[in-house]
Amino acid sequence: MPSETMCEYEVVHGRPKAFYERFERKEDLQHQTHYCPGCGHGIIHKMLARAIDELGIQDKTILVGPVGCSVFTYYYFDVGNIQAAHGRASAVATAAKRAQPGSVVISYQGDGDLSAIGSAEILHAANRGENITVIFVNNAIYSMTGGQAAPTTLLGQKSTTTPLGRHAVTEGYPLHMSELLATLQGPVYIERVGLGDNKQIVQATRAVKRALENQVRGLGFSLVEVLSPCPTIWKLPPVEAQRWVRDVMEKTYPLGVFCDRTKEAAPRPEPAPAPGLDEIPRILGVDDESLPAGNAHRMVETAANLDLRVRVAGFGGQGVLLLGEVLAEAGLDAGLEVSWLPSYGPEIRSGTSNCHVRLSRQVVDSPLVTQPTVLVAMNEPSLHKFYRSVTPGGWILYNGESYPQECGRKDVRVMTRQFTHIADELGDPRAGNMVALGALLEITGVLPDESIDGALRRLVKNPKWVELDERALARGRALVKESLAEV
Amino acid sequence: MSDIVKQDRGQLRIDEDECKGCGLCVEACPPKAIRLSEHLNHSGYRPAYYAGSGCTGCGICFMTCPEPGAITVLRLARPAAARQIDSKMQGAVACASN
Ligand SMILES: Cc1ncc(C[n+]2csc(CCOP(=O)(O)OP(=O)(O)O)c2C)c(N)n1
Ligand code: SF4
Ligand code: SF4
Ligand code: SF4
Repeated sequence: MPSETMCEYEVVHGRPKAFYERFERKEDLQHQTHYCPGCGHGIIHKMLARAIDELGIQDKTILVGPVGCSVFTYYYFDVGNIQAAHGRASAVATAAKRAQPGSVVISYQGDGDLSAIGSAEILHAANRGENITVIFVNNAIYSMTGGQAAPTTLLGQKSTTTPLGRHAVTEGYPLHMSELLATLQGPVYIERVGLGDNKQIVQATRAVKRALENQVRGLGFSLVEVLSPCPTIWKLPPVEAQRWVRDVMEKTYPLGVFCDRTKEAAPRPEPAPAPGLDEIPRILGVDDESLPAGNAHRMVETAANLDLRVRVAGFGGQGVLLLGEVLAEAGLDAGLEVSWLPSYGPEIRSGTSNCHVRLSRQVVDSPLVTQPTVLVAMNEPSLHKFYRSVTPGGWILYNGESYPQECGRKDVRVMTRQFTHIADELGDPRAGNMVALGALLEITGVLPDESIDGALRRLVKNPKWVELDERALARGRALVKESLAEV
Repeated sequence: MSDIVKQDRGQLRIDEDECKGCGLCVEACPPKAIRLSEHLNHSGYRPAYYAGSGCTGCGICFMTCPEPGAITVLRLARPAAARQIDSKMQGAVACASN
């Protein structure tokens, strides 16, 4: 009989498989964590690891670790790991989930991380109802940095930054993140649990698993706030710290479910995946099919050392930015490296406006043009402002009746014409920019006509304006030819 | 029959080196079957040890312990048929309490 009654024992609660077998953070005792004795982080890690095991999701879990005492989650969990900048874990988790919709993404954050520096990120992740799981470890203090007050620090609680105890008048009230987030429509499940005694720990274990299950079922945003002991900073022995959670902390932070829409929530439709890089031209309407015909799409035979630096300046409304844009777009079309950098004040119409354009054979190192090879000054103040900056040997195209003497320079070439008036004669003074551009193109001779034509059609679109602008460009070119003939 | 020693339902294994002597398991154990040693371990903590009897295999010490594998709880194995019934019952309890 005795041989029949003596039974074997089998393991029912053992080291979860979601932990690495060895933690390579230190040389010896590689199965031990870096946490202080009695630290809540260790207990919460175990709950999480166990839930991952039980749900069988280890190979599709991505854990986003925070900055704080739990910064080393990636040494412990044998899952996909990302370590986020302070406070950003829920934003990073959002990205991970969007990029890998089939994964289970956990944002693990402390109270300093989530409720102070990361308060915006968590608010918006919750409001978007991201299908992620947030484990919010509230120990009412910044522990890693040695015990500064957090937004969650209790009234009267001493910290290095509230040595007399937190006072509502100077430091405000303890921030109830769970209650706050539960007012939003996005989340499906928010619960606050504690590690204050056996009963609380059992409930916390369930809540952590539920928060993960919700995500697996596709329901949406779940957050579990865990009131968690920090014996070291609280300066309490581990067992007393545990009791402090139950007897003191819980009074400020009542436990319970603040939001549960899991019953009525239907699985969230997955957000449309981000478009691939190759699709972006079509979405922006700049792929070959959406573009009007007339693109040269060919390399121009320009000198290998081509480096055209143009500064266009004038009043807002004179088409200064468009002039630069057409030039840059045409350069792109002709296979050159280009940059276009607009620079204007807060006012769109009046006020000054200018832009920097570079066309080069080489990669453009900086889009700034401080010493232009061509300055297009569409009014007198702009000429005054920029004439000194032109590179010796360069050009100034000035939109005026006569070139002001005080802006004279012997080392640059100047062309003065009333571009605006000429455009007015052609049909609209606003085409003065294209008259100036025509002159610039004729002078520099770097771009084929087809490229300019294509750029114009792409940027201007309205056929009436394209027609006028083309006449204005031709007029500008003719101006240069005439003036050369005069010489 | 009376000479048959009744086996405890549970058994406990503690990894002395991993244990940090926090004492949370000692506090948590309902039948008080865990104690802290007098001696120090490798890291200078007084490691927990199983008192040798009384364990029910409830597992609360395991969930309370902050270290991944310092505690392992074992339970008396029973014939497969009995185990199945048991796991179904546990499932039911878990549902009801959710
Ligand atoms: C951008 C940035 N600001 C500040 C810090 C300094 N810092 C490190 S941890 C921490 C607070 C952590 O507190 P909590 O999130 O509550 O985690 P705990 O350490 O308590 O687990 C701070 C302020 C940092 N690392 N990065
Ligand atoms: S300082 Fe506090 S939170 Fe940080 S590891 Fe130690 S006990 Fe844990
Ligand atoms: S399993 Fe339960 S009874 Fe056994 S040692 Fe742990 S807490 Fe005590
Ligand atoms: S809870 Fe874990 S670490 Fe703490 S004394 Fe018990 S076995 Fe050791």
